[in-house]
Amino acid sequence: MSVAVERVRSDDLKRRNRRRRLAHGGILALCLTYVAALLALPLVGIAWTALKPGWRTVTSTYAMADVQHAFYLTAIITVMTVVVTTLFGVVVAWVLVRQRFLGRGLLNALVDTPFALSPITVGLACVLLFGRGGWFEPFFAARGIQIMFALPSMVLVTVFICIPFVIREVQPVLEEIGTQEEDAARTLGASVTQSFLRVTLPNIRWGLLYGIALSTARSMGEIGAVLLVSGLIQGKTETATLLIFRWVEERQLAGAYVVALTLAMVSILIILAIEWLKRKRVREDA
Amino acid sequence: MSSAAQAAEPWWALSYRTVARLRHWGLRGAAVLYLGLMIGLPVAAIINEGFGEGLRALRDAFAYPGATQAIILTLWTSTVAAVVNGLFGTMLAYVLVRYRFRGRQMLSAIVDLPLAIPTLVTGLMLRAVYSSTTPVGRALEGAGIKVVFARLGILLALCAVTLPFVVRAVQPVLLELDIAEEEAAQTLGASGWATFRRIVLPAIRPAIAVGALLTFARSLGELGAVFLLSGNMPGRTLTAPVLIYQMANQWKYDQAAAVSTLLFTIAFVVVLVTTRLARARTGEDAA
Repeated sequence: MSVAVERVRSDDLKRRNRRRRLAHGGILALCLTYVAALLALPLVGIAWTALKPGWRTVTSTYAMADVQHAFYLTAIITVMTVVVTTLFGVVVAWVLVRQRFLGRGLLNALVDTPFALSPITVGLACVLLFGRGGWFEPFFAARGIQIMFALPSMVLVTVFICIPFVIREVQPVLEEIGTQEEDAARTLGASVTQSFLRVTLPNIRWGLLYGIALSTARSMGEIGAVLLVSGLIQGKTETATLLIFRWVEERQLAGAYVVALTLAMVSILIILAIEWLKRKRVREDA
Repeated sequence: MSSAAQAAEPWWALSYRTVARLRHWGLRGAAVLYLGLMIGLPVAAIINEGFGEGLRALRDAFAYPGATQAIILTLWTSTVAAVVNGLFGTMLAYVLVRYRFRGRQMLSAIVDLPLAIPTLVTGLMLRAVYSSTTPVGRALEGAGIKVVFARLGILLALCAVTLPFVVRAVQPVLLELDIAEEEAAQTLGASGWATFRRIVLPAIRPAIAVGALLTFARSLGELGAVFLLSGNMPGRTLTAPVLIYQMANQWKYDQAAAVSTLLFTIAFVVVLVTTRLARARTGEDAA
């Protein structure tokens, strides 16, 4: 009797386990299909399309002056943007976490603004401020400083887009570490600079690097914001993404795919760095 | 604090308190100036251009061919993208946290990929697979499904670009959730679905909302990925950000700014609600 009951129970359990494994498999398959359709397959697609015409297309594309200049310009904009958003990002995060004052909430809301603004709107704002008839146009025109259709405006809009990344990654870390260690360092005679460099910076380094990685990726690939302010001057204000944009419009698809694949490869490197940072941070937390 | 050190300093040195105060105000001033000039000012310029003359620019903008449809299309596709990614993002987060299978790390990395890939490149990637000249595109077209230069393409682009948002919002909450509760429920005879609905879902619901709202806000403004996939046909596949671009290219800055303000207001309210939700959640944890 009891043996029979046991058997029924174990049969029931087996059936339930089997059903659960089936459900797990189904959900996993659904997820994999979704990711494959949206990202994995397109990644293979672009590599295939770019490399299909042969290696010659790749080398001849890289040999073009426009392409080299586009990558050079993208690199410059990226470096300048990352430097500015990192330096000011740490300052803003610090002020938002460590100081209490009227208008702090407003400042906090301002930081979120770039997430809500379409990049094209950012470009438009830059045109309204510095373009013909803009608020600051007379000032810079009188001094002969070219802002629009040149590097300054392109860096400005990219900085705008990337402002939140470092701030939003550093802020929670700063909040979590508190001031105890810094206070201890100061009491032991460290200067403010020393306590920041030796105590605070090592504590926030993973968050900071994470923010920098996100910032790099975003500024390297920005298109909407620079579209309006660059003036699309071939070989002068054309970034890598703008070059892809023009080539697709002109139906020079082979070259466009090669440049796009290059950007995708750099992005993959950044993602690998991010994954490494994540694991590093988890390990150190543990 | 350091009266001995202070006494040793020359008479022209600023007192410790003065230096501290200068640093305090200097940092705050730098933060306020930076955010004010870099963010506040451009936003003010947009609102001023769009609504400086009352509602005239907005009325003109709606009279622009295909403008109303473009705004409705953008609102609609963003909503659908938020729902679809809310669903799949939750599933992906669950799979990444609770399942152990080969290639899990790789799946996690691929999910994060849209954070780093230029949106324009994402658009081109999707075109490389789904345009009517490729095998996949031809097969789909044979089945009567048109992706590129159609609304489905817009949706695909938005979903691809915003995929990480829900996953990254839900994942940390799932990681913190005690698995013992789920195991207890299952031992007591609850089915897998019942366990998920009664125990896991209530805990991650705020995180799903945060991710979905961010997806919506980001989709409202997305341009790069959509541009190459939609075909930008007025009244059919023209989205609001591309509309703003076209208006600005025709020197209709006031109309472009009016539409921008409209989209921005919606997205900003959504983002504010999101940060409130996120903060409320961490507040709960602290209590």
